[in-house]
Amino acid sequence: MSEEYLFPVPVPGVITRPFWDGLREHRLLVQRCRTTGHLIHYPREFCPHCYSADLEWEEVSGRGRVHAFTVVHRAVNPVFQQERVPYVFALIRLDEGPILTSNVEGIPPDEVEIEMPVEIHFDDVTSEVTLPKFRPAAR
Amino acid sequence: MGLRGTAAIIGVGSVKPERRMPHRSGIGVAAEAGIKAVRDAGLRRVDIDGLITQMPGETPTALAEYLGLRPTWSHGVVMEGATGTTSVTLAAMALDAGLAKNVLVVIGGLAPGGDMPADGGSRLREQFDAPFGPASGATGWYAMIANRYAHEYGLTDEQRAAVAVQQRENAHGHPDAIFRGIPLTVEDVVTSRMISTPLRLLECVMPTGGAEAVLMTSASRARSGPQEPVYLLGSGMAVDHYTLGGASSLTTSPVAISARRAFEMAGLGPRDMDMVSLYDCYTITVLISLEDAGFVPKGEAGAFVESTDITYRGELPVNTHGGQLSYGQPMVAGGMSHVTESVLQMQGRAGERQVEKLDYCFVNG
Repeated sequence: MSEEYLFPVPVPGVITRPFWDGLREHRLLVQRCRTTGHLIHYPREFCPHCYSADLEWEEVSGRGRVHAFTVVHRAVNPVFQQERVPYVFALIRLDEGPILTSNVEGIPPDEVEIEMPVEIHFDDVTSEVTLPKFRPAAR
Repeated sequence: MGLRGTAAIIGVGSVKPERRMPHRSGIGVAAEAGIKAVRDAGLRRVDIDGLITQMPGETPTALAEYLGLRPTWSHGVVMEGATGTTSVTLAAMALDAGLAKNVLVVIGGLAPGGDMPADGGSRLREQFDAPFGPASGATGWYAMIANRYAHEYGLTDEQRAAVAVQQRENAHGHPDAIFRGIPLTVEDVVTSRMISTPLRLLECVMPTGGAEAVLMTSASRARSGPQEPVYLLGSGMAVDHYTLGGASSLTTSPVAISARRAFEMAGLGPRDMDMVSLYDCYTITVLISLEDAGFVPKGEAGAFVESTDITYRGELPVNTHGGQLSYGQPMVAGGMSHVTESVLQMQGRAGERQVEKLDYCFVNG
């Protein structure tokens, strides 16, 4: 953990703040619609299925699969370009359904495969921000 | 003539104006007004097939995804104080033309200020994508699509490269193409610098300056000018997602819907087309669009481009100006270059790259 963290950090809004606050406590929270039961990510004011505003936060397992990925060699952000390439940029499909953008770490990039089981790794990048990263699932 | 009596407003929705709304997001406020209008009209989410918006810092696709809409006709209107009335007129035009049955018009958001929350539109991407390091441009997203496509259907680097190589052949026939005269082989493509696996440098568009334009008139006036008119016979549109995580599929694109709608309007099909111009930000985009527009069965585009001449001399000419990959991508005008090229081809003004027999062409953006 370092306050020298130069990569972009999320700036929570009023609706999304519980998601980021949960991560700081090492809990992955997703909204659930109390009317339809759908899980919703990214956080919204309304269920995109039934338009109910009756949403609650629910902790999910943090387990999922690599839905799609790429190994980035040319990053849009110069800090990523200087400090991190090559790295795995991925869509993770949680076992509960929602899809998150993230990184797959703890494995050489060229060994990552689509549909590989992964689990969350709470990366405390600063004292204020924890990012949801993923690693190969323990066997 | 005109729109007199052709459309009606059947529902309204408003959010009470407040100077500060510290517990709301801009896109959420816009969404609330939209939901109220849908309910006021006695409609359901799935009834909405048209969407017009203007929100500060947002796009129509962002609101569509937020509201769980997949409209087949959508616009952003940027007309200052006349945005609302312009949007209503535009909606009436779409309804009159049969492009949509139920158009939702939503204008609004939060007042700009120091405490403007970060929940909406591009700011969502800043929160949920940027911390993980997207590749330059849209490359990372299309790279994921290419990997997922290869996982589901199989696809080789050489097959994707065949798109770039054949389009380069076309560019040699265009005097304004940025890569005219510069040879390109499959070997060049598959050994060029890796940008984001599996996409390499020569599979990605190069941004340029430039501009493209057309002038349109009514069919009754079309024959009075010096050029042969090129008629729009069919048009289709589909909005599927804003973030890639919101896509209904990674390997079937909204072209599957928009192309079908365009062909239906025209009363024609893929087999009637003599030429195709497909948006080509990346090689993979052309392959998926060829399939989803109905020119090649799903999963077979890679083998198709490897075994078929798709240059202007071939049996199915694709991107005869070189595509954006070899003509250049003048920012958002890049998509428009497919329109201008198709018009020149249809009028027989495409010079050395002229396609011989041309009655109908297909363009997507």
